[in-house]
Amino acid sequence: MTRAALRRLTRRAALYAAALGFIGFAGFPFYWMLVTAFKQNRDLYVGASDLSHVPWIFNDPPTLEHVKLLFGQTDFPHWVLNTLFVVAAVVIITVAVAVPAGYSLARLAGRWGERLGMGIFFTYLIPPTLLFVPFARLVSLLGLQNSLASLVLIYPTMTIPFCTWLVMGFLRSVPWEIEEQAMIDGYSRLAVIVKVAPRLIVPGILTVIVFTFTLVMQEFVYALTFISSVDKMTVSLGVPIALVRGDVYHWGALMAAALFTSIPLAIVYNVFIDRFIQGFTMGAVKG
Amino acid sequence: MMERRTFADREDVLGAVMLAPALAYVIVLVGVPFVLAIVLSFSNATAGSLSFGWAGLGNYAAILGDPIFLRALRNSAVVTVGTQLLVVILATAAAQVFRATFRGKRFARFVLLLPWAVPVSLAAIAWTWIFDSTFSVINWTLKASGLLHGWLYWLGDPGLALTAIIIVQAWRIFPFATVIVLAGLASIPQEIVEAAVVDGAGFWRRLFQVELPLLLPVVAVAVLFGVVYTATDLGVVYILTGGGPANTTHVLPTLAFQRGILGADLGQGAAIAVFLLPFLIVVAVAMLRLARRAEVGGAAR
Repeated sequence: MTRAALRRLTRRAALYAAALGFIGFAGFPFYWMLVTAFKQNRDLYVGASDLSHVPWIFNDPPTLEHVKLLFGQTDFPHWVLNTLFVVAAVVIITVAVAVPAGYSLARLAGRWGERLGMGIFFTYLIPPTLLFVPFARLVSLLGLQNSLASLVLIYPTMTIPFCTWLVMGFLRSVPWEIEEQAMIDGYSRLAVIVKVAPRLIVPGILTVIVFTFTLVMQEFVYALTFISSVDKMTVSLGVPIALVRGDVYHWGALMAAALFTSIPLAIVYNVFIDRFIQGFTMGAVKG
Repeated sequence: MMERRTFADREDVLGAVMLAPALAYVIVLVGVPFVLAIVLSFSNATAGSLSFGWAGLGNYAAILGDPIFLRALRNSAVVTVGTQLLVVILATAAAQVFRATFRGKRFARFVLLLPWAVPVSLAAIAWTWIFDSTFSVINWTLKASGLLHGWLYWLGDPGLALTAIIIVQAWRIFPFATVIVLAGLASIPQEIVEAAVVDGAGFWRRLFQVELPLLLPVVAVAVLFGVVYTATDLGVVYILTGGGPANTTHVLPTLAFQRGILGADLGQGAAIAVFLLPFLIVVAVAMLRLARRAEVGGAAR
């Protein structure tokens, strides 16, 4: 073997080793969820000081008892429904508010559109952990404490800024000529917005829906602040807070819930990642 | 034709009408609460009643004399800086790997993005189980490989608990940073890299003297979002340690939650949360400068 070939081989080996290292670090908790979710209790609860019992593998046959517990005897199915309800409501509000705003900033506002858009985007950086104290007061003033309606009201404060920015950025990549042609053909400006623009924005709207879906699935701070009873919880709140009976953690069921929630989100992220990134990098990266 | 300038053709009117709901939402439900967050920090408001009285600097005096708060402030700084250091190293290294082509890359990318996709609270509960005092798989692995002789109480010892928090934060943020750095690498003009190779630059020189300087604005974006995500995050610490043992691992958000919501002292909770502002202002100013530079750079091209 020549020296150059040897060097190429070591570089390939190093590349694969590094790739394995990174996916090992990133994926390890998910592997651990998988193993925990399907292990029998006597295989699961063996102290880590017992070196003869390897925790990384199934020492006993896998079981579905934790999954049955999760869906049959906990409020998990209920939390899924609550979450889907909030997702649907927040998606409707976000699309109705952010899409016209994004269009307005990109096509109608002229020079100050970009500045104003950036101003709106910056409010996305104001974190829930700064706002939950005043919101706690606002929500109780409105009598919405411990209700899903409080989440439906507050979540758009996070989705609208980012989605307005997304739609604005998306529209700038859509050529203006189609709308211009429609106006030359005799459409009024309003008719263009109502009849022509929606077709052009569909991929942008899809991104808005997906972003809103992922954000509502992931949100924890506001849910923790506003919701106190178990039957009103969303998945991201109920699983870590309410799947604990007394002091006993049902680790099998907990990890099954974490796993089943992560999978759809992971698939969605893989498809939409590039669009999100364009939003985040704000033109610092020209794709 | 042109004299038909009705409402349906007034761009300024249409623009304002379409923008109004979003502006109203942002002003009423972000702008006003933001001001209220600061106003509340000077009040003695409680969650139980709707009364409201001025407390002046009372809340600030109380928390600045409180060792638990000072510890939380320090923890926030340590966790935020520690996490970003780890993230930058991991993300630039991972980006070098993921720009190459290799077998199974699609699957590897899927796994790499998992930590970013999973809800923070669910990731935190999984890590709580991984760091469990009795069943920790990390301890088993370290002992089985002969690296550990005693026992690590990951979430029971203040130093180890902070380390665990930094590991979890870096784990959940580095995929995001990697993707951003990859996007930056893809946007480096190929001629520059080729010129460096022609001039005889090897892998490391190319990385440190050509690519990293060009990547700086992109890495900065990743770090800025990372700072916001770490400094303002409540879920990881709340679920991993709950601020314990003995209030040694609180960060600003968890302490603000404990005092303001659980303890019903809205004024003090607000005052604690206000200390997040320096982190955010630094980020906002830096992002504005970056955006301006990108604008200028774009115009020059």
